Amino acid sequence: MQPIADPIVTFRRVQKTYDGENLIVKDLNLDIARGEFLTLLGPSGSGKTTCLMMLAGFETPTGGEIRLDGQRIDTVPPHKRGIGMVFQNYALFPHMTVGENLRFPLAVRKLPAAEIDAKVKRALAMVQLQDFAGRYPQQLSGGQQQRIALARALVFEPKLVLMDEPLGALDKQLREHMQLEIKHIHQSLGVTFVFVTHDQSEALTMSDRIAVFDKGVIQQIDRPDALYDAPANAFVASFIGENNALDGRIEQDDGDSCGVRLADGSFLKAANGGVGRSGEAAMLSIRPERVRIVADADGANRLPAQVEELIYLGDHLRIRLRVAGSTTFTVKTPVSRLDRSPGAGQLVHVEIAPEHIRALAPMPA
Amino acid sequence: MKLISTVALIGTAVLSGAAHADLTVISFGGANQQAQQAAYYAPFSAASGIKIIAGEYNGEQAKIKAMVETRNVTWDVVEVESPELARGCEEGLYEKLDYSKIGSKADFIGKAVGECGIGTFVWSTVLAYNADKLKQAPTSWADFWDVKRIPGKRGMRKGAKFTLEFALLADGVKPADVYTVLATPAGVDRAFKKLDEIKPHIQWWEAGAQPPQMLASGDMVMSSAYNGRIAAAQAEGKNLKIVWNGGVYDVDSWAIPAGSPRIKEAYEFIRFASQAKPQSQYAALIPYGPTHKGAVGMMDAKVAADLPTAPANLEGALPSNTEFWVEYGEDLEQRFNAWAAR
Amino acid sequence: MSTDTLPLDAAPTESVVGLKQRLRRAERRRKLLYGALILPLALFLVIAFIWPIAALLKRSVDNPEVHGALPQTLAVLKHWSGDELPPAEAYAALAGELAAIRGTPELGAAAKRLNRETPGYRSLIMKTARKMPLAEGVDAQGALMTIDSRWSDVDIWLAIKRTGAPYTAFYMLSALDLTIDADGSLSATPPEESIYLDILGRTFWMSLIVAACCLLLGFPVAYLMANLPQDKSNSLMIFVLLPFWTSVLVRVAAWIVLLQNDGLVNQALMALGLTDSPLQLVFNRLGVYIAMVHILLPFMVLPLYSVMKGISPVYMRAAMSLGCPPFKSFWKVYFPQTLPGIGAGTLLVFIICMGYYITPALLGSPKEQMVSYFIAFYTNQTINWGMAAALSAVLLAATLVLYVFYARRLGASQAPAGR
Repeated sequence: MQPIADPIVTFRRVQKTYDGENLIVKDLNLDIARGEFLTLLGPSGSGKTTCLMMLAGFETPTGGEIRLDGQRIDTVPPHKRGIGMVFQNYALFPHMTVGENLRFPLAVRKLPAAEIDAKVKRALAMVQLQDFAGRYPQQLSGGQQQRIALARALVFEPKLVLMDEPLGALDKQLREHMQLEIKHIHQSLGVTFVFVTHDQSEALTMSDRIAVFDKGVIQQIDRPDALYDAPANAFVASFIGENNALDGRIEQDDGDSCGVRLADGSFLKAANGGVGRSGEAAMLSIRPERVRIVADADGANRLPAQVEELIYLGDHLRIRLRVAGSTTFTVKTPVSRLDRSPGAGQLVHVEIAPEHIRALAPMPA
Repeated sequence: MKLISTVALIGTAVLSGAAHADLTVISFGGANQQAQQAAYYAPFSAASGIKIIAGEYNGEQAKIKAMVETRNVTWDVVEVESPELARGCEEGLYEKLDYSKIGSKADFIGKAVGECGIGTFVWSTVLAYNADKLKQAPTSWADFWDVKRIPGKRGMRKGAKFTLEFALLADGVKPADVYTVLATPAGVDRAFKKLDEIKPHIQWWEAGAQPPQMLASGDMVMSSAYNGRIAAAQAEGKNLKIVWNGGVYDVDSWAIPAGSPRIKEAYEFIRFASQAKPQSQYAALIPYGPTHKGAVGMMDAKVAADLPTAPANLEGALPSNTEFWVEYGEDLEQRFNAWAAR
Repeated sequence: MSTDTLPLDAAPTESVVGLKQRLRRAERRRKLLYGALILPLALFLVIAFIWPIAALLKRSVDNPEVHGALPQTLAVLKHWSGDELPPAEAYAALAGELAAIRGTPELGAAAKRLNRETPGYRSLIMKTARKMPLAEGVDAQGALMTIDSRWSDVDIWLAIKRTGAPYTAFYMLSALDLTIDADGSLSATPPEESIYLDILGRTFWMSLIVAACCLLLGFPVAYLMANLPQDKSNSLMIFVLLPFWTSVLVRVAAWIVLLQNDGLVNQALMALGLTDSPLQLVFNRLGVYIAMVHILLPFMVLPLYSVMKGISPVYMRAAMSLGCPPFKSFWKVYFPQTLPGIGAGTLLVFIICMGYYITPALLGSPKEQMVSYFIAFYTNQTINWGMAAALSAVLLAATLVLYVFYARRLGASQAPAGR
């Protein structure tokens, strides 16, 4: 990871513990670039929300320092940080109308009334809810509340906006719609967004960069496509996207590529994702859409397989196979690319190009 | 249906339970009831075999009225104060007494013989004080009003009855003229004006047990009080003193609520309790004066000297005018409430 | 779902009508079932609540005494103008009726009722009745006038006529410090006897003070409980509820022991040298306030707590993230959301206060007595149940007015939240 010039936020050796024994965030270093859309992704308890809360000022770091625009902020109270925030359940003030909610941050800053009116109007227009200023939050749908919460976090023009799983309460369709809408707003405003989610597809859809958290540590931080195609370790590989994992042992190490002997004795060439030397254990990560089903064993990087189950999904077919001892090996194939579907129980072969197999260090138990 | 009849059965059992019980005698509680227990209830039960359920109340007639009106009388004999007895008698709350079942009217002092009740003792509301706290002993209601000479809180019963009499006595009205004066609007104004003088110094009390307790604790230096309660406190070693001068005395009577299902036993009890001997025993336990003319003769002369009916104590004392209070009570209490609440 | 949601655009055909009927039949069965479910409670409410209140209200206007005792006299007086003495038949009828009910409770009740109009009429009636019946052929008018000169005055006759109606506004008017003069016109009770408007005002005022004190003391406690971890807030809750589990009488007695002149509080104050002589802490308004606030505090804390428990701490964070300082965030964002709890708690405490009797009676002087004291006074002491009922009705009406006011004000602002 190359250093970012003039980052808006830097975390340096930040630690956080609640009980004095277990570190929920361990030695965190993170630079956030100006204007980027950064997603903190990870399972619950991975430390991503704690990170966000430390940035917002609602949690105090146990160690290390956080800077915003070069100024240390870990001792600045939250209301003086000037960071916009969107909360999980929107946190729209129920006793205020939509308009009053939006005026709130501006009135606190004692802006002239005319300016407040103009900004509120603009913010409502941005989320296409111009006519809703007089309504109470309870009178809005979930998606509308979400947009108002976003508008409220943006209306006072903060340099940085934090979002704590803001789409969690919406249904799938609305969520996908909102993902795009938030992304478009981000693109049009150029404000820095830091977004927390545990939904990897959401992260892939929206982000410029994704930081994958696990056990209080950033496992990998990179662009979505890089994360997907070149996961740095077994955790990232399994957490981002669908993944077939095959266990084996390194037999040859050619630098960028390597050869791996699987448990059943078959041999595969793979791209080296940072594994150790010959003789060490490795986990092969294979994306389901990179697997080709072929009839015979003639060719490099082919393994025998038996069809266990077929799931028809309209545009594509999911085929569950028994491969090298694993019964959960999945293949995704566009229907258009299959001449005829294999039947369950049929013996076939799978072919994976070496560049689409990543040999990774196995996850620690 | 079965359930309903069971419930009805239980209900009947609960409701009728009290009616089948033994004789229920209700009196003003405390030291008074203890003396009645020893002098009347226990000997009567021993002699007649009728068990007595002793209860107490504060003289409020509402419950008796409710019982009589709903024809569910569970109180058989009640101790009643004179004005309530007179009013209740007119309104039919009490049985008209058949004196042939009690004794000769001539044996009792005149005030004791009533149409619906027979007097059982004479009690007096007197001026009492804590001799430990006062350097100068009061001797009259005029002293009670003298807040300069004897500073401190004074206790009075929260009500017009007796309070107005004391005010007039303090204002120099002779005992014999008190009720004549009080029957005129000018006299009532005079009494309230006199009360105005010490209003900020008055600590009002309601239950008879309060004055001795509050005198002993020092919450007040003087108070109007029932003489028997003060005597009970003296017996406990409290240095409380009574000023008999200007006391107002009255009779409490036994009466039978109209429609009592155990009227025969009620008469038996009243007959027993109205004899000279038990009355003398009662008066020895609590210094309220017996109504039977023969009772005092059976008593120790020293004990008899503490009774409100002792000749020395009757000097300067005033008999309460029942007829006056029946007539003007409601109006004066209303006026008193309005005055006190201001 | 009601039947009018059915699509009725098209003219109702046979089958649609049939459908409607079937629907109605199905609905009816369900409604009957629901009715049966609430029937026991409804019956209980009617028997144990509505009926007694109705009976009580009736008592406040009921006026049976003179009406029942002297019907013939009243019949004669019906056509009497009241400007001069009534005709001789009135005297005769009265003499006859007095003779008939002599010695009965009816006479006593009627005399007592008349005495309420003007003190002295009771003895007049009783005295006259004792002289009844008159000898055969004696002129009733002359005889009565000889017995007492007041019979030659129109006032007593006016009083009989006035009290003779089966229903009266006398008690209700008295409860509002109003009287009807001898000439029938409405006027204010003379100041030395007028009391109830002051008492009602005092009842309101004291209830307001108690509710305000409960709010001031209860709000921080409820806030703390709502924001502490469950186990700690539970143990705090026990302390809040502890007073609930003790009898009111015991608590009042305990306050007397603590606050009296040589009580613990005064002893402590004197030992600390804060005061030389004991302070008057009880048998005045201060003592009443202390005890009532103590007793009613749970009624404030519990509604507040339940409302606060439902306010997510995220609102405060949101306000701060929008640039609002912590205390201002509390005031602008948290506090307004507790208003329903404040309203409910205050109303609850206020209404319970309005009916409070035992605490002011035991801990206060006459200046602290509220309406209920006088209701008890008339019920127990003077057995003037008409007056007790009238005061109860006034109290009930005041409480209802208050409640309606609350429902209008806070209910309206609650409408959007209630969807």
